[in-house]
This record gives sequence, structure tokens and C-alpha cells, in this order.
Amino acid sequence: MDGVHKRYGEKRALDGLDLVVGRGTVHGVLGPNGAGKTTAVRIVSTLLRHDAGRVTVAGLDVRERAGEVRRRIGLLGQHAAVDEQLGGRQNLEMFGRLYHLGARRAGSRADELLERFGLEDTGRKAVKQYSGGMRRRLDLAASLITDPDVLFLDEPTTGLDPRGRTEVWDAVRSLVGGGTTVLLTTQYLDEADQLADRISLIDHGRAVAEGTPDELKARVGGDRIDVVLRDASRLAEAAALLGGEDLTLDPDRRRIGAPAPDRMAALTRTVRVLDEAGIEAEDIAVRRPTLDEVFLSLTGRPAEVRRTETDKAEVAA
Amino acid sequence: MSAATTTAVPGPEGAASRLGWALADSWTMTRRELAHWARQPVAVVVNLVFPVMLLLMFTYLVGGGRGVPGDPTEYLVPGMLALTMAFGLEATMLAVTQDLGKGVIDRFRSMPMVPGAVLVGRSAADMLQSVVSLAVMTGVGYAVGWRWHNGAAAALGAVGLLLLLRFAMLWVGIQLAMVAGRPEMVTAVQILVWPVGFLSNVFATPASMPGWLGAVVEWNPMSATATAVRELFGNPGGATGSWAAENAELLAVLWPVAIIAAFFPLAVRKFARLSR
Repeated sequence: MDGVHKRYGEKRALDGLDLVVGRGTVHGVLGPNGAGKTTAVRIVSTLLRHDAGRVTVAGLDVRERAGEVRRRIGLLGQHAAVDEQLGGRQNLEMFGRLYHLGARRAGSRADELLERFGLEDTGRKAVKQYSGGMRRRLDLAASLITDPDVLFLDEPTTGLDPRGRTEVWDAVRSLVGGGTTVLLTTQYLDEADQLADRISLIDHGRAVAEGTPDELKARVGGDRIDVVLRDASRLAEAAALLGGEDLTLDPDRRRIGAPAPDRMAALTRTVRVLDEAGIEAEDIAVRRPTLDEVFLSLTGRPAEVRRTETDKAEVAA
Repeated sequence: MSAATTTAVPGPEGAASRLGWALADSWTMTRRELAHWARQPVAVVVNLVFPVMLLLMFTYLVGGGRGVPGDPTEYLVPGMLALTMAFGLEATMLAVTQDLGKGVIDRFRSMPMVPGAVLVGRSAADMLQSVVSLAVMTGVGYAVGWRWHNGAAAALGAVGLLLLLRFAMLWVGIQLAMVAGRPEMVTAVQILVWPVGFLSNVFATPASMPGWLGAVVEWNPMSATATAVRELFGNPGGATGSWAAENAELLAVLWPVAIIAAFFPLAVRKFARLSR
């Protein structure tokens, strides 16, 4: 994607987005709600026309050669893109026919995919009776009917429980082995970390940072330790004992945050220091930087337009 | 992955192949609608029974056919057939609205399928449903005393006119669903079809109405189809002698054709540009 713009009325969904994804790599697009992630995916998957800029997928211009692009891509959108009234096999067979595999091949391909995604026992059950994780796996299977050259995953694990999330991650990893190019959008730093070779951080329809997960994390400053005290009045005393730079104090929640680049060593040290001073801690946890902190660090201001997702991201991180 | 070698997607080469693809995709989408029916037999039966219920209600309870001499079923059955075809509008609109609200349309649109196939599948399924519905209703009509008198060819012509009206309503329904396809809009249309349905000669002859109202009723496309179908079946038409009544067969063709000419291109265009 090269300088891509898309407006909805007054709102600029994409404002000069640049994005290059290397063949056979997994590229994560990380950003808060409203950053333009879904708009970008809808443009590259030919569902939406961009206003300005140039977009090519597998070397093909998406505007001029949409038909050829569609033959080379798989799409896993934010919402399950399967027919909920039909069964899993019925869905996959229908999509296989629409890819013109022929009736027999569409049927056998459906069986292969059902087995691969652990859905072979679903029989005639309608998709609307599936669990969230099963639905997502079927959706992913539908995106892979042709073993596409390029796969777009738009927030593939949003709304899934940890188990469903692991299932989807495993499936994506197994694909990458097969040489598929993957563009993945997510609100979760750890998801991008787990799956992506490179990450683009986008905000307000523009890429604000790009690099490998390690490069980005280095810029954010690594892991942190959070300590919640039982007694708020000893917050300052504890902070002084822990010392060091870049401390955050949150009196309302009786919480101190400190960098923990060495993770376990920082944890042991903190427990020892507090114990020796007789300060009781209610909770101590080492965690990865959250999306909030990535944003704060790279844009100098907190990520906007978020609802409960950030909370989930923290739990997962 | 071993499957990679066997699942490459072919492209259509040449015009004949493209037509073949279009037909294959349309058939796949029609199969999808038929599979939906197979999973909801109750809904299918209710949709077939509802117009039959209306027919029996107006025959035995409400006393339709006001102002027409002879057996009221002779007048009512053709009218009810036309009404059922016109009310197909809401069934189509509902189905399209439900479809558009779901992610599966996005998948279809991101696939190398022929773009119009989704709409063709919808129309094929709806037309098939209408044929079955006409068969059931004429069967019930026959049972309650209605007959056709002008032979099989004329009767088939009548069925053709009814399906033409249904086909026109189909494209209106698709377009309405795409323009204002929220569930509450469907409810609004489901209510509004009733006054439009009653402002026709389906239940009563315009001769029995005040002059201005009779004129409005006579020019209702549904009235044109109902009058033309009555003539073809050889049922009493409640002749009013007006130009619209005298030329009902012409109007029963012109009205739907005009509606299709307006709404078909609109709907196809709108579908191609969804969420742009």
C-alpha cells in the first residue's frame, strides 16, 4: 500500500497509509479501534475502493485486476463470514464450488479442511449453534479453501476465549510454514508478538512505527512490574525503597509501576525489599507493555477510542 | 502442504467459459437458498399457508367480491393470486436484509465469483417459491369452487403474468433492502403493503367505489394484473368500461416491465457498490 487515502464523509479513515508486506512473511498491523485497520483490510481484499494511492496484492493492482486478486487471497474478517443457517461442510463445499473446484473436489476439500481444523464431528449442525472458537475455525477454513498466496486476518481472535485464541494462533502458524503471506490486524500486542515477523503500528489512518517485535519493544522499554500495596500511606516509602527511574505512582489504586527488564530478578528484588521494610503487598505482577504504553511511548499520547478491549489486552498480556 | 498443488483456482478463459461460470455460480447460490429451505421446513410451510389462509378468510368470513355477480371465489381467487405475487416484495426484502447483515456477503464479494450470482440465486429461489405458492393456491381455489374457463393456454398466460408481477416486485424488494435494509424498515414495508394491497381491485370492483378512488385503484399495477388474469381465466372481471380495465392485459405487461427496467439496473449497480 502506497500513500492510501480513504474518506467517509468528513472522517479520514486512511490518511496516507504506507504498508509493505514481504512475500511469505507475517505482518502485524497493530492499532486501537478506529485507527483504520479494518478499512485497510477491506481495501486490500477488494471489498472497498480507496480514494487515492496505489494498492497491489501479489503484484496485482486491486482496482484494475480485482478478479485476479480475489483468486489469490483468503479473507478472515472481523465477523464470521460463513452462512450461519447451513452446516460446516455445506459452507465449505459451497465456497469450494464458488472457487470452481468442481463438485467432487469441493466436497473432498471440505472434508480435508474440517479434519484439519478439528470440525469433522460437526455433521449437519448449523453454524449458529457452534461455539465462538469453532465458528472462527470454520471461518479460517473457508479462507483457506484454495491455499491462497495471501491471507488477510482482521482481528482474528477478538472476542475469543483463551482456548479459541490458541487454536487460531496454532492454525495461523501452521500456514506460515506453507509459504503463505499473512497480513494480520490486531489490538493485542502479544498477538502480534506471537505471530508477526514485522509489525506496523497505525493510528489515525497512518503508520506511526514499523519494525520487528523486538525493535518495537525495545522502543517501548520492555516489561514492567506492578505492585499493589495494602496500605496507601506507605506508597511513597515503598517507591523510595524500590528507587530507579521511570516509576509510576497511582495512589487511587495503591499501585507502583517500575521497569522490569530482567523480569524474575526484578520480582525477587521487589519482594525482598518490601518484606524487609515490612510493607505488605496485595499483588505483585510482571507484565509486558500494554498497547497503551506502546502508544504512549511512540505517539506521546494515550491511544484513543477504546472500550473494553484494552482491559482484555492487559489480561491477556 | 500437499493440497496446494490441487487447489489452484482456475480463471475463466473466453466468453463461453465466462457464461459457464456465471451459470455455475448462480446455480450454487440457488442451491444455497434451497438448502436454507431444507433447514426451515416450518417457515416454508407457513409462507405457503399464509396466502391460502387469506383466501379462505376473504371467501368465507369477510365476503370479498363486493359488487360482482355470481360465485365470489371466481372474482377473489385471481385477485388473491395477484396480491400474493405483489406481497412477495416483503419476503424478498426480508431475505436480502438478513443476508446483508451477515459477514457471509463479504466473503462472497472477496471471492472470484460472478458478482450478480448472489442476486440471481435470490431471484431463482423466490421465483421457485412463487411457482409452488401459485400451485398451492390454485389447488385450494379449485377446492372452494373456482374454475378456469378458457383452456390451458390462456391459463398458462395468466400464470405468466402473475410471475412477471412477482419478478418485478422481487427487484423492488432487493433494491429497498439495500437502500434501507434495516429490520425496522422491513416491518414498515410489511405494514405498508396492506393499504397498497387493498387500494386495488383484488377484493372489490372499482365500480363499487367512489369515482376518484376507483380511478386510483384501476391504475394500481396489481389491479392490472388481477383484471388481466381474470380475463385469461375467464372469470368475471367486474367490468368498469374504463380504459385501464379494457387494456388490462397490456398494462399487466407494461407495468412490471417498467418496474423491472427501473429497479433491475439500480439493484445490480447498488450491489456492486455495496460499502464503498
